[in-house]
Amino acid sequence: MTERLDGPQAAGGDDSAAGASSGPHDTPAEPTQGSVDPAPAEPPAGPAAAGFPTPAPPGAVATAGTATSPPARLGPSPKLAVMFLLPAVLLLAAWMIYPLVYSIWRSLFDATGGTFVGLRNYISIFTDSGTLTTIRNNIIWVVVAPVIVTVLGLIFAVLTERIRWSTAFKLVLFMPMAVSLLAAGVIFRLVYEQDPDKGVANAIITTVHDAFSSSAGYPGARPRDNDQAPAVAKGGAVVTRQPAQAGTPVLIPLVGLNQDAVKDAAPAKAATGGDGLSGTVWLDVVRGGGGTLNQVDPQEKGLAGVTVEAVSGGVVKATTETAADGTFRFAGLPAGSYDVRLPQSNFAAPFNGITWLGPSLITPAIIGAYIWVWAGFAMVLIAAGLSAIPRDALEAARIDGATEWQVFRRITVPLLAPVLLVVFVTMIINVLKVFDLVFIIAPGSVQPQANVIALEMWRVSFGGGGNQGMGSALSIFLLLLVVPFMIFNIRRFRRDER
Amino acid sequence: MRKLPPIMVACLALAAAAACGSDSGGDTGSGNAPAASGSAPAAGGAKPLEGEKIEIAAKWTGDEQANFEKVLKAFEEKTGATVTYASTGEDTGAYLGPRIEGGNPPDVAILPQPGLVQQYADENALKPLSPEVQAQIDQNYTPYWKDLGSAKGQVYGVLVKAAHKSLIWYRQGAFDDAGAQPASTWDDLIKNAQTLSDSGVAPFALCGASGWTLTDLFENVYLSSAGPENYDKLAKHEIPWTDASVKTALEKMAQIFGKKEFMLGGSSGALQTDFPTCVTQVYGQKKAAMVIEADFVAASVGQSGAKVGEDAKIMPFPKAGDTAPVVLGGDVGVAMKDTKGAMALLEFLASKEGGEVWAKQPGYLSPNRNVSPDNYPDDLTKQLAQTIISAGESVRYDMSDLAPSAFGGTDGKGEWKDLQDFLRNPSDVKGAQEKLEADAAKAFKK
Repeated sequence: MTERLDGPQAAGGDDSAAGASSGPHDTPAEPTQGSVDPAPAEPPAGPAAAGFPTPAPPGAVATAGTATSPPARLGPSPKLAVMFLLPAVLLLAAWMIYPLVYSIWRSLFDATGGTFVGLRNYISIFTDSGTLTTIRNNIIWVVVAPVIVTVLGLIFAVLTERIRWSTAFKLVLFMPMAVSLLAAGVIFRLVYEQDPDKGVANAIITTVHDAFSSSAGYPGARPRDNDQAPAVAKGGAVVTRQPAQAGTPVLIPLVGLNQDAVKDAAPAKAATGGDGLSGTVWLDVVRGGGGTLNQVDPQEKGLAGVTVEAVSGGVVKATTETAADGTFRFAGLPAGSYDVRLPQSNFAAPFNGITWLGPSLITPAIIGAYIWVWAGFAMVLIAAGLSAIPRDALEAARIDGATEWQVFRRITVPLLAPVLLVVFVTMIINVLKVFDLVFIIAPGSVQPQANVIALEMWRVSFGGGGNQGMGSALSIFLLLLVVPFMIFNIRRFRRDER
Repeated sequence: MRKLPPIMVACLALAAAAACGSDSGGDTGSGNAPAASGSAPAAGGAKPLEGEKIEIAAKWTGDEQANFEKVLKAFEEKTGATVTYASTGEDTGAYLGPRIEGGNPPDVAILPQPGLVQQYADENALKPLSPEVQAQIDQNYTPYWKDLGSAKGQVYGVLVKAAHKSLIWYRQGAFDDAGAQPASTWDDLIKNAQTLSDSGVAPFALCGASGWTLTDLFENVYLSSAGPENYDKLAKHEIPWTDASVKTALEKMAQIFGKKEFMLGGSSGALQTDFPTCVTQVYGQKKAAMVIEADFVAASVGQSGAKVGEDAKIMPFPKAGDTAPVVLGGDVGVAMKDTKGAMALLEFLASKEGGEVWAKQPGYLSPNRNVSPDNYPDDLTKQLAQTIISAGESVRYDMSDLAPSAFGGTDGKGEWKDLQDFLRNPSDVKGAQEKLEADAAKAFKK
């Protein structure tokens, strides 16, 4: 049809141009005799449509078609087209259609592949709590990751437009794309390591934290865990088992401290009685074992600088600190019986950072790694879109007195919307099939909490589960999740082409 | 027809010496090439499998792979075959599964779990061992091991490498500082742990992120407290995991799991520590005193800079009941193609000769009773080999490796996951038992 319409159109174009200069009498003659019109059957229609050449009467076309269309075809013959299309069709069939159909078929069978189970595999996707966790995690991923990646990409793209070293900056941000996801996973496994000496994330956090509050004292020290110990742990603090009387020295033996940490401490000394409430706080452990329990032995070390409180009726009456040899004395305390308490502040464990790889933070932690990888990619796409938007619109707005924020909010973002949407939807598709990062970053013990559908699919079918029926069902389920976004994206591309 | 394909040229050249079986396998040999069917000595210097190509897949990498390749070299020198080694990585099932599906399995595979023998036998992916290989098994192994490699009344596999899993590794320095002695009963072990903890060192470095280390711990406690008969029943899921004997074992484990000062970093730290890292924590960073794992810890001990036998010592897993537990792990060799080369290689690996070549490499322990302990390079291994040989029939194989892998061998699933959850929340013994039973029921039903 196209070439047929082209002919009269071209003629009509000439016609009107000619008509403007030389007058209307030429008009009927030219289309009929001109070589442009390839259809000899058309003259009857020609004059009728002369002023309006495009819509040829359908009847005329149908009758003319058989006789005249072959010489008029511009494209390749259908045979040739089939030959060119064939390799692609075959490859598509072998790599897409056949596996898809086979997966659907396989998903209706059990682990052995011999027994038909109908939709039972699909039902168990929604009844098994482990699989439900993967679906929940995928929802978290889809909701959080694409938004952050797109927003970060937009921010980077807009900012890099304005800085001097934008290319270098973009290069650095884009660099993670050059790293394979597996390697990125290994890197982030280390970044999130709990031990601040190994994990960068916790190293930063503990450094910042320690700059504001330093932990002193004896973390880990505790009373010995048996019935004879004169002091017991109570809500983090250490309290004497029996109320203490002035004149009788109080013994507070502690254990559980690394002996190297108190290597240089002075030997402990049993407090002498005398007036007032006194006692000793010491590490009741002899290197190599031995020593009398709950007694101050000569090799044992005193714990200096421990805060000691005398408590009566729940009220702190006096506070003191131990000396280098571990002894303490409350001077000028009224007679009576007191509980001697070493408050929790003495034993506060050093801040050890955040448990990134624990069950509660694992998914956010992995999403963080994902963003590191993909934000640069989003930035490059958005920056390309940014360079294509008309500058005059921005400048007009600025001349009209719009602030930079208004320009960004009202001009840049709306003009960029198509690109942003493409990036966003691509990220959604990408996130739905996330696999490698979860597999590498999550330690074995939190794999169930970090699991996603794609990983579950692999694990169920190949990674020990040995149930390829269930795996196929999961893969089809994943496909169904991806398809709407695929269609959306394809539609968009088509609209853009038009 | 202008040119013969190179493979055919090679075939013609080698026709007198051996069969040319890259695809169709060695079965062509018996018909066409009489020299190949005869035994080696008959041909004098000629090697029986000259030109034969064998592919063997196993999980070993690094040093273990290098040591195993020395054994393969000895086989190549003896027979003239060419053996290629393919590493399956940690997850043998994931490597072999697609290759079996694709109809292109390796000739020989070393499976890390007897459970896989059963699974692949069900899928008809294995070839029964030839009479020669079976003769070697009868000669060198107790019937228990033969049963392990059998499925559906056929012998498919032979245990070629054993791992002694009833050990506790300790750091002598930490024990000296605390004045602790190696324990022989579970209660002593807990007392020791308290002493060590009081002295300011974490008694245990648990590798909770590697689920199999927890199943190993459970198996030792269970075998010891419930006895071998119950062990066999539980391994086959003939008694449920909600059984009282399981409760006892889990409660004993909770004596460790329930005290955060008993584990380096508490349970949250333990759950983030994977296998070789916990060894480093004991011998490298010297933050903990004991690590409960098998003989193969020795390799990681060396990497941490400690010396086995001096600072790094072992104690047999203490008795938590009436039985002194001896739990073994190990790798089972199976034939996935019925080729002459595959059978000859398995025969070699099952033989005294092959076992002794391997035994001279570090980090290897043979389940073959005719491999003399004198072959081992160090006293420790000699001692371990002796315990296996003398324990004889009362030895049990690692239970989780006997279970379907969906239950006993998958990261984040089944027993691994349930014991990790138990480590996270050791007060809920009943809940852990119920989860274990539910997962076991699902996996065993298939």
